[in-house]
Amino acid sequence: PVMLTLKTTRALSLWGIRPLALRPLWKTVVRSFSQVTSEESPLDTRPFVERLKEFKKAAVLGGGQKRIDTQHRKGKLNARERVQIFLDPNSFREQDLLVTHRCSEFGMHKDENKIPGDGVVTGYGTVNGRPCYVFSQDFTVHGGSLSETHAQKICKIMDMAMRVGAPVVGLNDSGGARIQEGVDSLAGYAEVFQRNVIASGVVPQISLIMGPCAGGAVYSPAMTDFTFMVKDTSYMFVTGPEVVKAVTHEDIDQEALGGAKVHTSKSGVAHDAFDNDIDALLRLRNFVDFLPLSNRAPLPHRPTDDSPTREEPSLDTVVPDDPKVSYDMKEVIEKIVDEGNFFELMANWARNIIIGFARMNGRTVGIVANQPRVLAGCLDIDSSTKGARFVRFCDAFNIPILTFVDVPGFMPGTDQEHNGIIRNGAKLLFAYAESTCPRITIITRKAYGGAYDVMSSKHLRADFNYAWPQAEIAVMGAQGAAKILFRGQDLDAKTKEYEIRLCNPLLAAQRGFLDDVVFPRETRKRIIEDLDLLRNKVLEDPWKKHSNIPLQLDSTCWL
Amino acid sequence: RIVGIEIYIQRYMNRLFTKRLFTSTGKYPKTYDKILIANRGEISRRIQDTCKKMGIKTVAVYSDADRHAMFVKEADEAYRIGPPQSNQSYLVMDNILDVVKKSGAQAVHPGYGFLSENHIFQKLLQDNGVVFIGPPTRAITAMGDKIESKKIAAEAKVNTIPGYMGVVTEIEEVKRISKEIGYPVMIKASAGGGGKGMRIAWNDEEAEIGFRLSTEEAISSFGDGRIFIEKYIEEPRHIEYQILGDQQGNYVYLPERECSVQRRNQKVIEEAPSVVMDPDTRHAMGTQACNLARTCGYYTTGTCEFLMDKHKQFYFLEMNTRLQVEHPVTEQITGIDLVEEMIKIAAGYPLEYKQEDVKINGHSIEYRVYAEDPARKFLPSIGFLKKYREPYNRPGLRIDTGVQEGSEISMYYDPMISKLICWGKDRSEALKLLNQNVDEYVIRGVNHNLGFCKTIINNDSFIKGDYTTAFIPTFYPDGFKGEVMSVEDHKLLTIMAYKIKNIKDMQARLKGVDYEPYEYEPLYMEIDDTWYRVTHDHETEKFSVAKVEGEVEEKPTIFDEAKVEKFDYEHDSLIFTKVAGQEKTLQFNEVTDFIDYSFFYRGSNVKLRVLTPKQYEANKYMAPPPKIDHAKRVISPMPGSVVSVSIEEGDPVVDGQELCVIEAMKMQNIIRSEVEGKVKKVNCKVGQSVGVDELLIEFVQIQQYPPYIPEFSIYYL
Repeated sequence: PVMLTLKTTRALSLWGIRPLALRPLWKTVVRSFSQVTSEESPLDTRPFVERLKEFKKAAVLGGGQKRIDTQHRKGKLNARERVQIFLDPNSFREQDLLVTHRCSEFGMHKDENKIPGDGVVTGYGTVNGRPCYVFSQDFTVHGGSLSETHAQKICKIMDMAMRVGAPVVGLNDSGGARIQEGVDSLAGYAEVFQRNVIASGVVPQISLIMGPCAGGAVYSPAMTDFTFMVKDTSYMFVTGPEVVKAVTHEDIDQEALGGAKVHTSKSGVAHDAFDNDIDALLRLRNFVDFLPLSNRAPLPHRPTDDSPTREEPSLDTVVPDDPKVSYDMKEVIEKIVDEGNFFELMANWARNIIIGFARMNGRTVGIVANQPRVLAGCLDIDSSTKGARFVRFCDAFNIPILTFVDVPGFMPGTDQEHNGIIRNGAKLLFAYAESTCPRITIITRKAYGGAYDVMSSKHLRADFNYAWPQAEIAVMGAQGAAKILFRGQDLDAKTKEYEIRLCNPLLAAQRGFLDDVVFPRETRKRIIEDLDLLRNKVLEDPWKKHSNIPLQLDSTCWL
Repeated sequence: RIVGIEIYIQRYMNRLFTKRLFTSTGKYPKTYDKILIANRGEISRRIQDTCKKMGIKTVAVYSDADRHAMFVKEADEAYRIGPPQSNQSYLVMDNILDVVKKSGAQAVHPGYGFLSENHIFQKLLQDNGVVFIGPPTRAITAMGDKIESKKIAAEAKVNTIPGYMGVVTEIEEVKRISKEIGYPVMIKASAGGGGKGMRIAWNDEEAEIGFRLSTEEAISSFGDGRIFIEKYIEEPRHIEYQILGDQQGNYVYLPERECSVQRRNQKVIEEAPSVVMDPDTRHAMGTQACNLARTCGYYTTGTCEFLMDKHKQFYFLEMNTRLQVEHPVTEQITGIDLVEEMIKIAAGYPLEYKQEDVKINGHSIEYRVYAEDPARKFLPSIGFLKKYREPYNRPGLRIDTGVQEGSEISMYYDPMISKLICWGKDRSEALKLLNQNVDEYVIRGVNHNLGFCKTIINNDSFIKGDYTTAFIPTFYPDGFKGEVMSVEDHKLLTIMAYKIKNIKDMQARLKGVDYEPYEYEPLYMEIDDTWYRVTHDHETEKFSVAKVEGEVEEKPTIFDEAKVEKFDYEHDSLIFTKVAGQEKTLQFNEVTDFIDYSFFYRGSNVKLRVLTPKQYEANKYMAPPPKIDHAKRVISPMPGSVVSVSIEEGDPVVDGQELCVIEAMKMQNIIRSEVEGKVKKVNCKVGQSVGVDELLIEFVQIQQYPPYIPEFSIYYL
């Protein structure tokens, strides 16, 4: 946000836009569009219908065959091919094919620079039969740079998507702002940002970064609900390597600064990265299938071969007896959900919490789970923010949330405390407490201390809370508790006593904080029954303008 | 913990998993009220089944690693006897004796392995007034000693491998002895091993040369030139006879088992009866086996192992004084419950039948399913059975197993998953059943040797019954690298993928939405970097599959009919199909998305990528997938302290091997190798605290698999 307040001139250089890269583009002659009438060329007197046909034919080539070939050589598809692969066959209806920009500076008014479509393909189609709006930036047209009209096209489909209630998918491949346009281009960005925010929570917004995405442009994907990247061909950063070098003297290339690997494992900007364009687009189709069309639409339902009453005997033994030994929570999830099909998000960042979508008896659920394999599944800064954002998404679209709990507490240490585990941990707590979507919680093993409260406990209005028989719900582990309570006494005996008396789900069940202690093998059946019941859940909060989630950014962000 | 819940769980599981092998009809004489089974896993369950049938209460003993095992839950009583290591649990006689006293068991069945052939244990039990269900002490000691057993065998006039046990020094002596034994002979260095100092001679001349060379070789290799001579057995087959004897001195032999398919002296496939056996030889061998038993005063079940050459000359090898792993094949063809006989004999009852009552009914084959990786030199594969579904219960199928879904194959014991035993009216029927069952057997989470089974039982020599103990070294000299699929197999899989894609696409589509479905267009599929184009004609239901190379398309194969007969999701997406009149069974794995498909077919995993024509066209522009960058070092994923380091510098490591354990947040995290190679440097010590991203271990990568060191030698012959 601080970037937006800077002076335009400085902002331009800071946003990493490289005029050098764009210069050849407007110098190059695009032969296909010489038919466009203008004062210089002779008047084309053919009937309009004929001219239109030819005009459209040329328009779909974008920046021309030569540039498309260059795109292909880089292992990338062009904008229209991407849309075709993403949407169902023959379902794409393009809008604004004939739009051209209105800039007249730096020779932009010339015919060859007025390429119809203006660097973005927009329209709607279907994904497995459900409507979806798409915009796909065309790198072959002025490097996919964003002009005033380019932005207008995007805003138009976003407005339409909100009106009809359909997701918006952005396929980003853009060099940045259209420098020749100056503030017009910046205004365009801001219009898109504004739409992103207004549409947030109304329709799902997904960004797939398939090429460069630099400077202020990154904030649009950042504000959409999900950001995906393509490995090796896409990168995102606020300031490019040149500026970084000039300001901080760091020598770094694009991939290391903002490649898919960085954003999926270090920064947590992207939710997932895919091998190539085809892989990304096909998997994005799978992903869109999970989402409701809008906040007014019902959950999508897909028939499944997986029986709703399937029992999973192996879950009875998945949790090891020794509380020190870890197990893979993903295995638990995959055994409970339909057909083992779990679309995990942010799999490589803050791995101590697992988030993602799956289906239960054909209907989408969001899953949040502690991962005992990583950092014993404790909550830290990254995992709290990762979980919080996901919980809020699910709540916005009324997607039921399944929470699997095995949490020994919050991560201790100066690093965590000084960077604000307090306010970051509060985000997850806030998100859960605020949400009104159906929520079911299963405590598989540990639920200690404040982290027990945070992880969708009964006290935070969860609808159904269950524990497996091995669960330990207590203020802390038996050893720690015994050390405090029975200082100087026979610790081993007291630890054992504490274990027997408090480290089990009985006390919580007696209080009604658990609805039941269930056998692991029956978990799937119970959840499906409960979800059926919760489909008509109504829970309303008192009127307010909006809540005030603790949003302060990490102090490290500014460095 | 809540005591009540645990009891409930146990009862619940008992109800679900109690599967009886034999129906409890017939009347059984009074034997014992309670038997303790001093063993684990499948054999413990096997013995329990018979005990339950006979109305005897069972007592199981278990180590910490087995506390959730099926045999513990199913037994009437179960007692812990120690930590996982078998030398601290299953092999500790005093602990077992304590349990005997505590539970009040009157007899102990030792199963196989562990204490089954331990005469000290037997003595200990007898001293405490407890019956050992097995042979008498003198028989165990006599047969346990190689020299002693040979002496007794000679006394009982049992054919032993002719040879001169003394050391020979003169060439003339060599020739004389060889003539006595009869050519061919084997001239062996007494210090020899690994084929060194070993020569086969077919006549005097060769014997002379062989003797000279062997002596020279033995001196240079072992510094010991002593040589002895033995009969060389041509094309030997391993044939063994199950005998039954009671305490009254009655003996019967049961039809033979053939166990010639062996890998490093471990039996892989056992069948009964042997394909090469004729009634006369069977009678001769069986009678010798009984005579041997009689001579050493043996009773209960036992097995005499013989080697048989191509001239049907047989030679006694050794006697196993226990119930053997492969006993079910004999049970299947004779209908005799060997464990029941053991219990009755131990209680002093005489045998109920004579030799002429023993009949052969059909043919039975057993395959031992192990958690091991055939592609990695059969290294044991440790882990949890993420998914475990046994084949459909068909007549003739018997599965002896000690595991269920979710069980752990631990590092402490033999990594056997189960014994797949198939019976048929004849051998081909039994093989057919075994083939079908291997296809249907779903095992995930650990590597297994089902693919190896599939290869063996479809080997022409094996089908013909024309095989010897050299079968595996001959056909798989470099180990087993997985079945090589033919183009036909690939084409079959593409059709299946086409079918499944149609089903899944239909499910993905919202009802009432109409657009051109995929099923009307061809699909492109990739298997092992080869592309196929699959088209389906909806009028005639015909499929045509063509291999595509670049722009060139080969002549398509037409499949008249391809039907998915059954799609069993519960059984991990088992697909029964009929393609061009042939019935095939495949497993459909890893249902995560519908771009990449993964099948388990003919014992191997196959990956497929499915694209529509448009996607296929676009796919040409995609860069080939980047080569996986094998990390050459291991960094600490979290701050914590090193609890243990299981490798040393210079050690070879394989993918998935445990390297060290780091304790963080009071949790032990096992750090496993992601590469195959050799450890170059270990940068951490036990007790040392490490930070995030701290370098722990460095590797030198090597291409070849490291030499196999058999750590798990508890296989039973």
